Parts: sequence; structure tokens; C-alpha cells
Amino acid sequence: MRTKFSSRLLAASSVLALGMTATACGGAKTGDTATSESCVDTSGDTIKIGFLNSLSGTMAISETTVFKSLSMAAEEINADGGVLGKKLEIVSEDGQSEPTVFAEKATKLIQDDCVAAVFGGWTSSSRKAMLPVFEGNDALLFYPVQYEGLESSHNIFYTGATTNQQIIPALDFLKQEKKIESIFLVGSDYVFPRTANKIIKQYAAANGIEVLGEEYQPLGSTDFGTVVDKVKAAGADAVFNTLNGDSNVAFFKEYKGKGLTASAMPVLSVSIAEEEVPGVGVGNLEGQYTAWNYYQTIDSPANQKFVTDFKAANGAKAVTSDPMEAAYTSLHLWKGMVEKADSFEVEDVIDASDGVTYDAPEGTVEVDGENHHIAKTALIGQVNSEGLIDTVWSSDKPIEPDPYLKSYDWWKN
Amino acid sequence: MDALLAQVFTGISAGAVLLLIALGLTLTFGQMGVINMAHGEFIMAGAYTAYVVSTIVASTELSLLIALPVGFVIGGLLGLALEASVLRWMYARPLDTLLVTYGVGLILQQVARDIFGAPAKEVPAPGWLDGSIPILGYDFPLTRLFIIVLAGLCVAALLAVLRFTALGRQIRATVGNRDLAETIGISTRRTDRATFFIGSGLAGVAGVALTLLGSTGPNLGTSYIVQAFLVVVVGGIGHLKGTIVAALGIGLLQAFLAHALTGSVAQVIVFLAIVAFLQLRPQGILSVRTRSLA
Repeated sequence: MRTKFSSRLLAASSVLALGMTATACGGAKTGDTATSESCVDTSGDTIKIGFLNSLSGTMAISETTVFKSLSMAAEEINADGGVLGKKLEIVSEDGQSEPTVFAEKATKLIQDDCVAAVFGGWTSSSRKAMLPVFEGNDALLFYPVQYEGLESSHNIFYTGATTNQQIIPALDFLKQEKKIESIFLVGSDYVFPRTANKIIKQYAAANGIEVLGEEYQPLGSTDFGTVVDKVKAAGADAVFNTLNGDSNVAFFKEYKGKGLTASAMPVLSVSIAEEEVPGVGVGNLEGQYTAWNYYQTIDSPANQKFVTDFKAANGAKAVTSDPMEAAYTSLHLWKGMVEKADSFEVEDVIDASDGVTYDAPEGTVEVDGENHHIAKTALIGQVNSEGLIDTVWSSDKPIEPDPYLKSYDWWKN
Repeated sequence: MDALLAQVFTGISAGAVLLLIALGLTLTFGQMGVINMAHGEFIMAGAYTAYVVSTIVASTELSLLIALPVGFVIGGLLGLALEASVLRWMYARPLDTLLVTYGVGLILQQVARDIFGAPAKEVPAPGWLDGSIPILGYDFPLTRLFIIVLAGLCVAALLAVLRFTALGRQIRATVGNRDLAETIGISTRRTDRATFFIGSGLAGVAGVALTLLGSTGPNLGTSYIVQAFLVVVVGGIGHLKGTIVAALGIGLLQAFLAHALTGSVAQVIVFLAIVAFLQLRPQGILSVRTRSLA
């Protein structure tokens, strides 16, 4: 494909007009406006994009669903005529739940496959591993998962929530609606819960909420006997849960087994979405709270279409969740940016990003061109008896992303 | 006092879980010297057995009790298949066994993912295990109590088989001295297969029981396999009583440390304690001479 490329180049004068780095991989730069050695082929009637999700390993349970919703978004866009008249050609790679593999595959997608943008990643460690790859190659990554904030890369767009769109609204909810005076923190022992709890403790100190305990279990731990004993003994008004993955199952089974209930001591979780509820067991979760920016139950035409289409493609039992929706939205946002820029060139796309909006299933979202996050509405949900999550509280309007929490005077990093 | 008592109970129930997952390994690793990394996947197979049984048997009250023997047979058959197809050629090559069984484990994980899908499955607990009972003022979850009782029954059954049955005597004879056992007419091949069947079957039982505590997913086994080996090594390779002492000891140590410190720190200290202990006593708490690795 790369040898054919130079002959097509002459014909594709429009491409040159856009100031694309019109070279083959490793070839010399042509055109003064080129800012990197991008080898993206824009001469044909297709454009390549990369999906990088863990389709094997421990994260496959979550990331496979993101891959499916990304694929659905791509099909939609293609059925609708593509982006700038070019159909999307998907190059999919498996991150294998290993950060180093994410970095390798990202390099391959950028340098060998010459994709215009990459969509994927889930764990913070996978994102941190990919960050230097995207910055070094001046390429684009769309990252679809809520995370611990305190990051804003020139080459990454974050379409999941940052902390001020998920954790802080969750605390506002607990303080204003549940009138809590004390809280207990339970989390898996890695970067997201540690950072989240740092924020929670400073929020609590500034708002007169007493933190009665802070417990971490190793990732994947299923031994919650001692932790739940401590939670029960402390008797806090609520529990803030940043556990990840299988640990949630063991935690909630132990919680229920020791006689703790959602009405007496509610647990607010930030990593349990529709997809995880059946694994934990509806009976163990009913009545407990979650904090996200999207639920399958959202009543809007955009969401009805999203849910119906997803079920049509993946079976009636398939559920939709926040990270899936954020991934789906990320592809549409990239399309919006490219069309606004009238270019696939990375720097043009980034320059055009500010103010790009999309009527996503979660509601209208808008890209912040400065910090590369998007404005999202925070929703507190409650698990119902069918295993879906009903919205019980909302921030009413989209919250501007503030990954470094600059607008919160109680925050000291 | 309450906190102390709570940690004793929590420690015992954690120890019972360790005992259940390690019990099968005391036979296959301890007695036969086979490093079976797929033991964790036999546990996973047991957990999925519980899931499948719960979808077939309408009554959630009975499905767990039905799943226990079925899980034993499924685990045992997987063990037999592994023994007959691969391990029988590798008894003298422990390191190869380690790699091969690790590979088999990965294959089994992928098979589970293909059959049941990547998301974890929920196995509904029977109603009679719902809630807790107060023991000395401590609300003891019935599921935990059930696991302690089950672990006790498994140990008793295994001891009874080893001590009072012809098969048990053959196993002990083969472990003690394979050549001598053969000269008196014991079919050591048959004994090997039977031992592996029982050991793997116990992994299946452990898997069924673990559905009460955690999630049932393809990676279930990986989170337990290291702990299972630790318990067997600390207990003393090839010694059932040592395994019991080690499981309860590690469970209690973990519970008290996790109470005094945090879960993560407790795990590190437990590992350090085990390393230090094995420096002082490489043969474990108890030991017998076997044809195993050591």
C-alpha cells in the first residue's frame, strides 16, 4: 500500500492543500506545514483508525464491551457516508490487559498501520504506558473511561469523567441528599482509588464529614472478611467504594452476609456499571448507589436508539454502560473534530477540537479544547431489582471538566 | 475483645478457604510431586459447575448441594484427562510439568471464556445460607460457616480414605516407596490416576464453595493458585496435617495483620513471614520423606 501511495499522491492534490504530511512511512517530509512524520493515507476513499482494547486477559471482561460499542459507532458512521467522504477502515489490536502490550500495539497502529486516530485503553496503567507513544509520534488517542484526573495530554482526548464530574458530585449527593456526617473508604490498592480517596478526604475535611476509615485491598483480592468487620464496627453513614473488578463481588457478598444493608449503610460505588451488576448479583446490590455520567435507563431519543441498536447487534441480554457510551461518543466526537478541521491531520484536529459537541446518549457533550476533556452531566444512580440503574440525582447541567481541580479551593495536591 | 473475637472468626474462615483450595494440592503436589499449575483452573471448573447446575436445577435451595458432588466429579475427570494425556509422561520432569500445566491452565481459561463469556457469572446462594447467626456476639455469615464445615468434612473424608480404605493404603504405599509398592503387586499407574482424580476433584469442590464468596469468572483460579501452593509448601510437602495447620495459621495471621494494618500491607507481611519461615524451616511445618521434589 505504501508503494502505491506516492503515485496516488500526485492525483490527490486536495490532500496537499490540506497540508497533510504526505509521505510514506519513514519517508521524507513533504510540505512545509507537516508537523510530524505521520504516514496517514488520505488519498483513497477509506481512512484507517485503530481500536486498541484488551480482548484477552483480566480486563477483557470490560474492554470487550467497549470494543463492541466502538465497532457499532464505526458502522453507523460508515452507513452515514463516513468522515469527510471516507469510509472508516478499522484496524483492531488486542492490548491483552498488559500496559506494555498497549504501548507496543499503539506504536504499531501509528507507525505501521498509519491510523488517523486510536480509540481505547481502560486501566490508568494502560493509558500511562501509551501516553509517551502518542506524544512522541504526535498521534491521537481517545480514552473512554472515567479516571483519576490530574492529567491532560496534548495528544489524548478523555471522554470519560474526570474526578470533578464523578467523585465530587457523588460526595455532593451524599452530603446534600443523604445528609451524611461520616464516611468509610474502601478501595483496591492502585492509583485510581488512592487518588480518589485523597480527593475525598480533602472534600470531607472542608465539608465537615468525618472519615472513619480507609481500607485498601490488593487488586483482585477476594478476602473481605476483615475489611467488612472494620466497616461494620466503624458504623459510618455511608461507604465510598472504589474497588475494581472481582473484588466488588466478594465485598458485596460479605457486606450482605454480615447483615449490612443499603438502607442502613449505603455503599456508593464508582466502578460498578450495568455490565458488572449480574456478576455481583442483583440481590447483593439492589438499593446501592453508583456514580456515573450515563445509565442504560436514560430516557432520551439518542439513548433509546443507542440501546436498541446495541441490543440488535449483541443480543437482547446485552446491556449498555458508561464506558461503552463514552467510547461510542468518542468516535463521533473525533468525526466532529475532523469535519470541523476539514482535515485528518492530528494538529488540525486538535486545533479544531474546542467546542465540538455531540448529542450523545448521555446528553449533549462538549469538548474542552484546553484540557481535552468533555463537559458531562453527573448522574447518581440506584441499582433496581432488574439489575439496571435508575438515576436518582443529577447535576442538572453538564459540568465543565477540571482535571486538576483548580476551581476547588480546598484541593491541595 | 469483640474485635479480637471477630478476627479469630474471620481468620478461621479465611483459613478454611485456604484449606479447601490447598487440600487437593496436598495430594497432587504434596504426595505425587506434580506441580500442577492448572489446579486453579480445576477450581474454576468447579465454580462453573455450580453455575451450570444452578441454571439446570430450579431450586436454589438444592442446587449448591447437588453441585458439590458434581463439581468433585468434573474436577476429577479434568484431572484424569490431564494425567492421562500429559502428566504421565512427565513424572520425572517437574519443570516441564510446571510449564505444560500452566499452558493447560491458560487453555482452560480461554475455553471457559468461550463457553460462558468474559463477564463473571452469579451463582445464587441458597436461601438457607442467607444472613448470619450470632456466635458470642459476632454476626457470623452463614456462607462462611458453611465453608468451614465443608472444609472440615473434606479433611475428614480425605483422612478416612487415606487411612481406612485399600485405595488409601495403596496411595500411601506408592508415595512412600514406589518400587516396593510395585513389587507387592500394587498398580502404581492406577494409584497415580486415582490420587490425581481425588486431588483434582477436591479442587472442583473448592470451586463450588468459592461461588459463595466471590465471582465466577475465567480468572477465578489464578487468584487462588499461588496461595494454594504457599499453604502446601508452608505446611510441609506431603503432609496433610501440616496443610491444615498452615492454612489456619496463614488465615489467622492475615486476618489480624489486616485488622491492625491494611489489607495490602498485611499481604506483604504475610509473604515476608512465609519467606522468613521457610528460611528457618525449608521442609515446612511438618514433613515426611517422599519421592517428591525435595
